[in-house]
Amino acid sequence: MSPILTGENLHRSFGPTPALRGASIAIDEGEIVAVMGPSGSGKSTLLHCLAGILVPDEGQVHFAGERIDNLPDRDRVELRRSDFGFVFQFGQLVPELPAVENIALPLLLAGRRRRHALAAAAAWLPRLGLDGLGDRMAGELSGGQSQRVAVGRALVAGPKVVFADEPTGSLDSVAADEVMDLLVDAARRQGASVLMVTHEARAAAYADRTVLVRDGVDALGAGAR
Amino acid sequence: MAVSHALLGLLEESSRHGYDLKRSYDRRFGEVKPIRFGQIYRTLSQLERDGLVEVAGVEAGSGPDRKRYAITPEGVTDLDTWLHEPEEPRPHRQSVLFTKVVVALLSGRSAARFLDMQRGVHMDAMRTLTAARRGAATTQDALLADYQLFHLEADLRWIDHTETRLGALAEEVRDEPDPHG
Repeated sequence: MSPILTGENLHRSFGPTPALRGASIAIDEGEIVAVMGPSGSGKSTLLHCLAGILVPDEGQVHFAGERIDNLPDRDRVELRRSDFGFVFQFGQLVPELPAVENIALPLLLAGRRRRHALAAAAAWLPRLGLDGLGDRMAGELSGGQSQRVAVGRALVAGPKVVFADEPTGSLDSVAADEVMDLLVDAARRQGASVLMVTHEARAAAYADRTVLVRDGVDALGAGAR
Repeated sequence: MAVSHALLGLLEESSRHGYDLKRSYDRRFGEVKPIRFGQIYRTLSQLERDGLVEVAGVEAGSGPDRKRYAITPEGVTDLDTWLHEPEEPRPHRQSVLFTKVVVALLSGRSAARFLDMQRGVHMDAMRTLTAARRGAATTQDALLADYQLFHLEADLRWIDHTETRLGALAEEVRDEPDPHG
């Protein structure tokens, strides 16, 4: 199977501090990969470079065979909207919007008609264990509920790759299991790949494989296969 | 010993034959290692000697399985006491992981390489257990897998932690005077 997403020899510094020093990684279509490593190892920077949020100083990122690191900002924003989904540690929902509208956001941003977007988002609620909570303001949801909304939002538009940065980092083990069950099941059902940065082995154990990042490089040479 | 109290627990539910006890034990506790008939009967005779179970009936025929055992009031009290006493916390004082790290440093081999390999094997085991837990038919099976998962996770945290302290440990190991040297 050919990889859907690759990063080759990625370098990225913040001022004088190097975060990535030649990291490489390849993710197959439908594959779930966990990136682990100590704090400051560069694992979040790697995720941001692969997702087109950050531009690497050196190296290349390819998505579906096309180079994306050298695309203009606007095209990378468009790519993130159309083909990528995101789950962050603290949900990062819009607190003043109801749960269902938070889930619908990627569809609304893509220009789908409001009625259709909300209907598609509402169809996710039972799957997310959020039946009857669609009208609840995101700011009034528990941590676990928020993360489940975030999983719905990440997947509602049918992305090819979901990027998850410490998706269970702020949750207790029960809520964390629920979020991981949902994320992995939904991604598998849609054939989406998942690149998940986590420091929790319990979450990483949901992935097909683990890549260890240390000092800004893929420590075991297992990232790029 | 947990087996005798597990059997007392099963007998408190209802009186049973040895074979019946084995089946119930294996279903509830035998996920990892089914109990042998010999151990069932040895434990039952010990419990009977201690007055914690008694023979509630003997059926005609031969073989060890014609006796039906029941818990005695003393057995119930014993079970009560056991369940009300917390177990002594027993962290592994010195695991082979620890020993390997020290021997690697002592002999000038790479402890970091060992820790990396161990991390990989631990993660593989956690992936297998996670799949088993997610496919578990019962809460009991899921929690049994969880018990193993949390322990492996603790090992992994120790591995990560130790990796960051290898420099200090290496110095300590090298500096230790050899009593014969």
